[in-house]
Amino acid sequence: MDTTNSGYVGKSVPRANARRLLQGRGTYVDDLRLPRLAHVVFFRSPHAHARLRKLDLAAARTMPGVIAVVDGAALAPYCKPWVGVLGHLKGIKSPPQHAIAIGRACWQGEAVAAVVAETREQAEDALEKIEAEWEELPVVVEMKDALSGRRVIHQELGDNICFKRELDTGAVDEAFAKADIVVEETYDFGRHTGVTLEPRSILADYNAAEHTLTVYHATQTPHMMQDIFSRHLDIPEGNVRVIAKDVGGSFGIKVHVYADEMAAAALSVMLRRPVKFVADRLESFISDIHAREHTATVRLACSKEGDILAFDLDDLTGIGPYSVYPRTSGIEGNQVVNLTGGPYKHQQYRAKMHVVFTNKNVTCQYRAVGHPIAVAITEAIVDLAAAKLGMDPAEFRRRNLVPDDAYPYTFPSGLKFEKLSHHQALDRLLELMDYKALRTEQAALRAKGVYRGIGLAAMIEVTNPSPAFYGVGGARISSQDGATLRFEPTGTITCLVSVTEQGQGTEGAFAQVAASALGVSIDRVRVVTGDTAVTPYGGGTWASRGAGIGGEAVLQAGKVLRERILEVASAILKTDKSELDIASDEIVSKVSGEPRLELSELGRVAYFRPDTLPMDFQSQLMVTRHYTPRSYGFTFTNGIQASLVEVDADTGAVTLLKHWCVEDCGTVINPMLVDEQIRGGIAQGIGAALYEECLYSPEGQLLNGNLADYLLPMAGEMPDIIVAHVTTPTQTSELGAKGAGEAGTAGAPAAVMNAINDALAPFGARVTAQPFTPERILRALGKVS
Amino acid sequence: MRRKKEIPLEHAPEITVTVNGTIVTRRVPARRHLIDFLREELGLTGSHTGCEHGVCGACTVRVDGRIVRGCLMLAVQADGRRVDTIEGLSDSGELGELQEAFHRRNALQCGFCTPGMLLAAQDLVAGHPDASRSEIREHLSGNYCRCTGYQAIVDAVEDVLAARRKST
Repeated sequence: MDTTNSGYVGKSVPRANARRLLQGRGTYVDDLRLPRLAHVVFFRSPHAHARLRKLDLAAARTMPGVIAVVDGAALAPYCKPWVGVLGHLKGIKSPPQHAIAIGRACWQGEAVAAVVAETREQAEDALEKIEAEWEELPVVVEMKDALSGRRVIHQELGDNICFKRELDTGAVDEAFAKADIVVEETYDFGRHTGVTLEPRSILADYNAAEHTLTVYHATQTPHMMQDIFSRHLDIPEGNVRVIAKDVGGSFGIKVHVYADEMAAAALSVMLRRPVKFVADRLESFISDIHAREHTATVRLACSKEGDILAFDLDDLTGIGPYSVYPRTSGIEGNQVVNLTGGPYKHQQYRAKMHVVFTNKNVTCQYRAVGHPIAVAITEAIVDLAAAKLGMDPAEFRRRNLVPDDAYPYTFPSGLKFEKLSHHQALDRLLELMDYKALRTEQAALRAKGVYRGIGLAAMIEVTNPSPAFYGVGGARISSQDGATLRFEPTGTITCLVSVTEQGQGTEGAFAQVAASALGVSIDRVRVVTGDTAVTPYGGGTWASRGAGIGGEAVLQAGKVLRERILEVASAILKTDKSELDIASDEIVSKVSGEPRLELSELGRVAYFRPDTLPMDFQSQLMVTRHYTPRSYGFTFTNGIQASLVEVDADTGAVTLLKHWCVEDCGTVINPMLVDEQIRGGIAQGIGAALYEECLYSPEGQLLNGNLADYLLPMAGEMPDIIVAHVTTPTQTSELGAKGAGEAGTAGAPAAVMNAINDALAPFGARVTAQPFTPERILRALGKVS
Repeated sequence: MRRKKEIPLEHAPEITVTVNGTIVTRRVPARRHLIDFLREELGLTGSHTGCEHGVCGACTVRVDGRIVRGCLMLAVQADGRRVDTIEGLSDSGELGELQEAFHRRNALQCGFCTPGMLLAAQDLVAGHPDASRSEIREHLSGNYCRCTGYQAIVDAVEDVLAARRKST
């Protein structure tokens, strides 16, 4: 491994912070113990929609170890309610939501009371003594039912429509009228959820003497939560400190405001002692956000030569009874409208989208937000068009993908692309997978009754968002991030960054950028994240932004600190700064490379013997820089995936044989980390395509809310995943990095879907409802009814 | 307001367990799970509670040399037995090769599943040194990882098995 100047960017350096996790010596919220720590558990509604006639808490209050039992009204004075709307999503509406619901529950799992006790067991024992008398109310479970407005969940809102959007480039009907072929299909997506292996966790510690609140929180966004706790608990921002130590996976699940977490913080204030809430897995399923319940009908118009002329989309998505605060539950549908058809060069596009309230758990942004839907419906209908034309799907894509020399390019939905590389990525993918050989093999096997399918999925992905995502809508969500680099007396570097670490390797990547910018070896750099009292202010981890935005802040801070170090060296060595450089942890002569001064010696002089330096000299060995993308609303990336599957036509079982992904995330800081991020994302996308679905009964009861019945991808089912890159650095930053964390999830369901349908083609069968279970495949084959 | 009494002491038997080589004697409520005993009473927080119903494998520990789910075993069932956790097996160096390989391959992201995954992997390395790639995948299928896509984990275990075969 190269440990000299600029040596680390682009190298697969193992990340330092993994060592403690490998020995079980990380610190997740549930590992913390504080004096007088109390534990809260919640009494949750067993009904999807019901009014509380009576809630008897008296018996619970007499149970051993119980400190308090409170309902929504009792807690309300400690926590202001919130409304999940944003100004730029015109017309979006949602009712106020309280930390603990008052009088009515709108989904199975909504909490209506809390028990605080000295131990969790005691709290759970007391929970069983709560007596509730419910009046069940009519439920709205199906999205179409919600849209019809026959029963309205929130009377004061008038209907069940949270948000709607229409988009029309103006000549869609003409395009369809002159098309040689038109294909149309409707796709259904089951709602699924993130299943972070560490459940949602929070430990809030209110200090009444100081009126301060310290919150240890499994969160992606410490500064956003600082602002939320401050405003809703009425504590000055400066008195709120949010600390995210090790976080056991997030995927967007830990970026939202959850009522039970707000309740835990409010209870800490109310009871003037630390209170911990850790969701157990069963309540994770009914309280972590769900995502992606959509029914989308898409039409595509095409010429007989194979040129796509227009897309026409009608999307319906159901979000539960509240739009989630502060990001709203309107964003996913909005993204589907923005992104559908995204890789292709047609000029006409029309979309209609409704976001409706239902009496199921809330949905909101989960990894790749909207992309898996948009990519799946786009790529499925593109395959259908290719099949109708008798064209090879790869050739059909090549004909229609936006050319690599067309940038900057504005997509009909209004999105602006700086520079994408669809054609390079397609070529690379076909070569990597040996597409032609696979097609030959597929044909040969088909003759033997073995049904293999090859599915392609091109995609675009939103990364490095500017304030256009949330800030313009009035949300106090920062799209900038900051980095502070401090030169320590021993010549080591402390790097404080506002982006958080959830396991994706942020800290390792920042260490690489910092070490490269400074010319020091990476083991001299210690990165600190996840503490609002320590790091600069910033947005945290979401929307594939950490490396691109935080990394640029680190780079810019590093470049300035390097100059500052050289200024000190110049003063010590009485040599002009321009003649000096930093290499391999030493000050060297720029021309000869000859070592001049150890960095530890420089640190000793700067911090302990500044008296030996010129009278007018002050060393400044701590630098902060912030970065926010300005020139584009989003820095789009592109990629393409392929899936090879075998479908057993007798059992409906799908075996994943191999998966490929070629992705262009610009500068790759650490290929090993990026590739495993992409693989993990693909595994989550495969989960959506084949296994994962939150199943609800007509009464709004979650039927499979546990890990035995809700299926996740396991090691034995996952294929080997081949990842390669095309590298088109963004010119919007010096680092050139775009986001990579969501690409896998965005494209995998589409690739798997197309592969299954390719395998089923000889039978004239297609599946269009995710997840593609054996049952659905057998139905499509007409083998079960 | 009158309080109900705590669980009487006779429902909290005394147990003696050798935990990571140290003899520990405690009274534990009969209903307490082994994982909660290790985490809450002994402060061994390296093993994690991911589902508490025996599926995810994050709470995997070793009892008398065999890997078990700490959430499916009661603490009282460990009476008189030897329990090894990620902390002890790290300190003893037993997991060293796997830990190095996991680090080199980035076979972990958030790290929450990692202690359980390492114990399951070590069980394979010790008991099935000739395991193929698909057998590695099969053996690790009782341990969920939500971050990695598993490939780096399989690669890391394969590395260790290959290195061992080479050295013998």
